[in-house]
Amino acid sequence: MSATVASFSIEYHQFLDRDGHLIGDEVPELATDFDELISIYKLMVQTRTFDYKAIALQRTGKLGTYASCLGHEAVQIGIGSAMRAEDCFAPMYREYGTQLYRGVKMSEILLYWGGDERGSDFAGPRHDFAWCVPIATQCLHAAGAALAFKLRDEKRVAVTVVGDGGSSKGDVLEAMNAGSAYDLPLVIVIINNQWAISVPRSKQNHAKTLAQKGLAAGLPSIQVDGNDYIACRLVMEEAVERARNGGGTTVIEMITYRLSDHTTADDASRYRPNAEVEEAWKSEPVARLRSYLESKGHWDDTKQAELEKQAAEMVDEAVQVYMNTPSPGIASMFDYMFAELPHDLQAQKEFALKEADNA
Amino acid sequence: MPKVAMVEALSMAMASELRADKDMLIMGEDVGINGGVFRATSNLQEEFGDLRVIDTPLAETMICGMAIGMAAQGMRPVIEAQFMGFVYAMVDHMISHAGRMRHRTRGRLTCPMVLRMPFGGGIHAPEHHSESTEAMFAHMPGIRVVIPSSPSRAYGLLLASIRDPDPVVFLEPKRIYRWGKEDVEDDGEELPLDVCFVLRDGADVTLVSWGAMVKETLQAADKLAEQGISAEVIDVATISPLDMDTIIESVEKTGRCVIISEAARHCGVASEIAANLADAGIYNLLAPVKRVTGYDTVMPLYRMEMKYLPSVERILNTVKKVFEVS
Repeated sequence: MSATVASFSIEYHQFLDRDGHLIGDEVPELATDFDELISIYKLMVQTRTFDYKAIALQRTGKLGTYASCLGHEAVQIGIGSAMRAEDCFAPMYREYGTQLYRGVKMSEILLYWGGDERGSDFAGPRHDFAWCVPIATQCLHAAGAALAFKLRDEKRVAVTVVGDGGSSKGDVLEAMNAGSAYDLPLVIVIINNQWAISVPRSKQNHAKTLAQKGLAAGLPSIQVDGNDYIACRLVMEEAVERARNGGGTTVIEMITYRLSDHTTADDASRYRPNAEVEEAWKSEPVARLRSYLESKGHWDDTKQAELEKQAAEMVDEAVQVYMNTPSPGIASMFDYMFAELPHDLQAQKEFALKEADNA
Repeated sequence: MPKVAMVEALSMAMASELRADKDMLIMGEDVGINGGVFRATSNLQEEFGDLRVIDTPLAETMICGMAIGMAAQGMRPVIEAQFMGFVYAMVDHMISHAGRMRHRTRGRLTCPMVLRMPFGGGIHAPEHHSESTEAMFAHMPGIRVVIPSSPSRAYGLLLASIRDPDPVVFLEPKRIYRWGKEDVEDDGEELPLDVCFVLRDGADVTLVSWGAMVKETLQAADKLAEQGISAEVIDVATISPLDMDTIIESVEKTGRCVIISEAARHCGVASEIAANLADAGIYNLLAPVKRVTGYDTVMPLYRMEMKYLPSVERILNTVKKVFEVS
């Protein structure tokens, strides 16, 4: 005897096609909330302006290695705008769109990539996790945060992100499993940007979707067009509110494209065909939302020029703050290792300070 | 006052802090109804419920990663690795996050957690159940490494570790979990971290050890006394940061030092102590500093394990060599 004991499917969500036209029969409320969409569009442009500037700073020796967010604007701001201030975000290292929406400053992002830990001491949101370089580990920190919220009976949600490459790591699967075991108020977003440095999505595994990894843990698992802000936001909102109301963990795969190199230390032309990148530019999220707004008569070239000017000024101000931040000083290597500096580190600190004086 | 073994003292400490601090909780594999495979969390779930003493899926990385996330969000998780041999799946999170959280965020987020685990050999266990890799943790910045060697020190040091605002790796010498019962008052009094304990005063040689080897070290000191040699015995207790002041002060008095550890020899904590003595105590030394350690081999399966672990005899033979020099 044999019988099907369980069967599954993955839904795909998209509202805007790549030219910015609404598709499908459903017109979500958000699609006609033009004040909201314009403010989101502005942040997308500011994020991109920041990103280009950061790369320029790196190229001119004013910033360390930097991981660009080019092409991820809809995903990132979709995530950020679906969360509440009291929710908790556990990023990887290029989610500036989410972080800017949540109140992290551009100058703080620059400080971090400029080699200064003070960049991670966000003025706000104070409870969000810092950038997380060891791939996928942040998923478990988010799961832990979610369990803390649940145990304290707080109506808060933890949100984390991981890449298509990172989704191959055990930490993600363990976080999904924990989300299921403890019904955690958690959203795990797999940002599938097609490339893990030089390794394409097709080499991670032969699964049809990455979202289906969530199915194995018994979680609602959805795929969304990650270049469509409206789809990203709505799918995120549903997942976040389900989590907040006791409905547990959701896995969302957002499909986008890494338009940049992996970081400024990378050269994607070594492994990635230009034709593929050119094709990807036709689907990119910022132009898509602009096209939609223009098609509805809510955006034009004059407004665009004004926004670009404003964004450039905003970024320049952040660069000034960053460039004018004095050195953290030698003591800062020691002072945050422990709440109270142990005797051995006290001795090493004194030595380091003395050596600096002698130099 | 009840006479209790170390494993019971640990349980008492955890119960005491579960009562005192609503943010403290315990997580691990089999820590709930089963009370842990060594019974260190016996009856705790019964008393405090399954939201404070939480059985986890069988996923060590998950346990550690989640504990870091919880600690950063204001909880005080005490997690258990069932054996040190299984802790390696947690190491990425300990070195990459637990020890860096405060530093990375300039104190915005912190990581007040304890990672407990039984460690060491000598209990006839299967492969991977007899490890002593404490030096690995001692090498990680931002993490305290604490090892008790008696029931009362287990109680006081575990309390201090749980209350500490930074991450602590708490290594429990399972070979002496049930050896050397002591009166331990459940008074919530912690012992200081970052200091060595002088267990026995002596004038002729300083014997430095930690964990289960303290047992053989004390026995060796008894034998030496019979030979007219007065040995001072120091239990290091916190191996990171190291309280070298206490050790150096002792060696200034005795002029001789033998360090006893069941861990592998190369790059061990014994080596670090010896290096510090060479640096700061050499002019007081009458003889070379000697180490009595395990070998730089894989920990053997149990038919040979007692040949791997330092014995009282090996300690005595080494002390004899020290006195042959001076």
